[in-house]
Amino acid sequence: MNKNIILYAAILIFGLAAPFIFPAFKVQLSILCVLIVLATTWNIQGGEMGYNTFGNILFYGLGMYLCASVQVGMFFPLAEWTESGGEKTFVHTPSQFFQGMAVGLVVAAVIPTIVAGLIGYAILGLRGHYFAICTLGLGVAAGEISGGIEIIGAGQGFTTPPFPNVGGLEARGEFFYFLSFGALVLTFLAVRAIYSTRFKLILNAIRDNEDKAEAMGIETMKYKIIGWMVSAFFCGLAGGIMGGLVGYIDSTDVAFDGREMGVFMVLMAILGGKGTLWGPVIGATVFHIFKEGFWTFFLGWQYVALGVLIVVIVIYFPEGIMGWLREKYPERFGEVVDEEDRKAQVELK
Amino acid sequence: MDFMVFQYPMITIQACLDGILLGVLFALIAYGMALQWGVMNIINIAQGDLVILGGYIAYFMYLYGIHPAWGVIVSPIIMYFVGVAIYKLVINKVVDRDLFISILATFGISILFMQLMNFAFGADVVLANSGYGTTFLFDSNVVLPNSKIFSAFISIVFAICLVVYMKKSKLGRAIRATAQNARAAKILGVNTEKVYAATFGINAALCGVAGALISITFTIHPYMGLPYTIRSFMIVIVAGLGNLPGVAMSGMGLGVFEEFADYILGTEFRIGSVFLLLVLILVYRRFKLSRKREYLK
Repeated sequence: MNKNIILYAAILIFGLAAPFIFPAFKVQLSILCVLIVLATTWNIQGGEMGYNTFGNILFYGLGMYLCASVQVGMFFPLAEWTESGGEKTFVHTPSQFFQGMAVGLVVAAVIPTIVAGLIGYAILGLRGHYFAICTLGLGVAAGEISGGIEIIGAGQGFTTPPFPNVGGLEARGEFFYFLSFGALVLTFLAVRAIYSTRFKLILNAIRDNEDKAEAMGIETMKYKIIGWMVSAFFCGLAGGIMGGLVGYIDSTDVAFDGREMGVFMVLMAILGGKGTLWGPVIGATVFHIFKEGFWTFFLGWQYVALGVLIVVIVIYFPEGIMGWLREKYPERFGEVVDEEDRKAQVELK
Repeated sequence: MDFMVFQYPMITIQACLDGILLGVLFALIAYGMALQWGVMNIINIAQGDLVILGGYIAYFMYLYGIHPAWGVIVSPIIMYFVGVAIYKLVINKVVDRDLFISILATFGISILFMQLMNFAFGADVVLANSGYGTTFLFDSNVVLPNSKIFSAFISIVFAICLVVYMKKSKLGRAIRATAQNARAAKILGVNTEKVYAATFGINAALCGVAGALISITFTIHPYMGLPYTIRSFMIVIVAGLGNLPGVAMSGMGLGVFEEFADYILGTEFRIGSVFLLLVLILVYRRFKLSRKREYLK
């Protein structure tokens, strides 16, 4: 326990100091925080509950659009804003910007949670690959439909309010970094708290055998919906932050980007090891470093590399980094290994 | 919203005919998906990208001065080997694993193909002009391009050939036996590995035919694959595995639905409405089954 506190404190201090140690990588670090949030929340469904969703991107994109719309709509007419496109006829004062951002993030987190609760009963009744394909369809449908709605910019996109002119260029990066780092800490603590309760055991029971869990008297549907709502809350929050960070929202390329972000979150969780607390965090970090480090070499070929990467990870590395570590050092994971038992098993093989 | 389509019967007829001719093509793709789903228990997300790749083969023949209709013969032959290659490289490692693994692996293949096609052929929307002219019906109120009629006819011919082949030939019998019980087929001397490779190849060849026809009748674009996957998946779950008349009917139904969605909601919502329909169908089936305390398997 003592060791854990030191570890967490070290990570927290590193996280707080990171933008000052690596001032050039502030945006990358903020994106990393958002990626970790997405991977960690995907893990609630894919890892713990056994419901492999491609649809969490729905909440991410919804949060992105909601945050930006609220931020604009609180002070200016939304339709005129999106119509003017890049040329700004309205300018947010600093207090308006931060006020809008605060309210926008709350809305961006709460509305997707409600949406998850509303559609959860219908969607989560599906199982296995039907659930996967249905959520895939949901994400793409949301992207296509939002690309046809005039008021949020339709096909030409939505420019989020620019950062007000306070504290120079550095301030923007620091603001968004600490915002996303705050979201990351919040998510991690919430998920960690959830995983130490009976709720996690119920999710695992659903993953291992849903019918049996139901027969044991667990209202599985209730817990599945709650799990999805938790994911939706943090995905929406991450989306709202990412919208402000990127500065421009496009329906299929930024917000409901199933081809990129929607696959990334699955891939990161699998790479790190699904069904573990630290797996998605490690997976997202490794993936992001790999992506940013090598993307420049593959310039133009990054999606080809992504496709190959998906296939390789899925086929040769489905247990992930944590799974590999667990096999190698089972004692560290609190598993008692009986040497004789293991030998006997080896002989059986 | 535009409800003119219901006030003028000619537009309704036009939409229905367009939809049916389009739906036949969907049914052909869906038949390939049902085949590999039934035999190998794999849902191939890259199905639509195979279709588009087949389309580009026909388009390139057109660019080099060969009539694109010959693509209907050439494209499946090339696509068969592409399919077998994909099977040997990737699919045979995920065949008996968890379904989600295969979905994700084929998703990776889909992204890979999408991007490779984008590099090789450019991001422009292209079509191969067949020069077949158009047919006018009902005092020129209903306009049907002959290429659509041609493509529907060819799809039906290929579907019939395949059904006969599956019934009569030795490989067809081996495929059906493997679909029923892979283990028993193995015991009785069927080389299931070869059967799987052939199934995947046949599926890719069907996609090649459909793609060549799509490049003649409609347009192709590297990123247009996923909607075709979703359409064929939807047709298969509505019709059920191994129900061929059902696949044909639901394919045509989907085509008609799309045409009407196009007229009523507008073209920008066409793809969105297809994806939304998939969600609605799945949710409907789920509620229907949950009354009997069952779920989609």
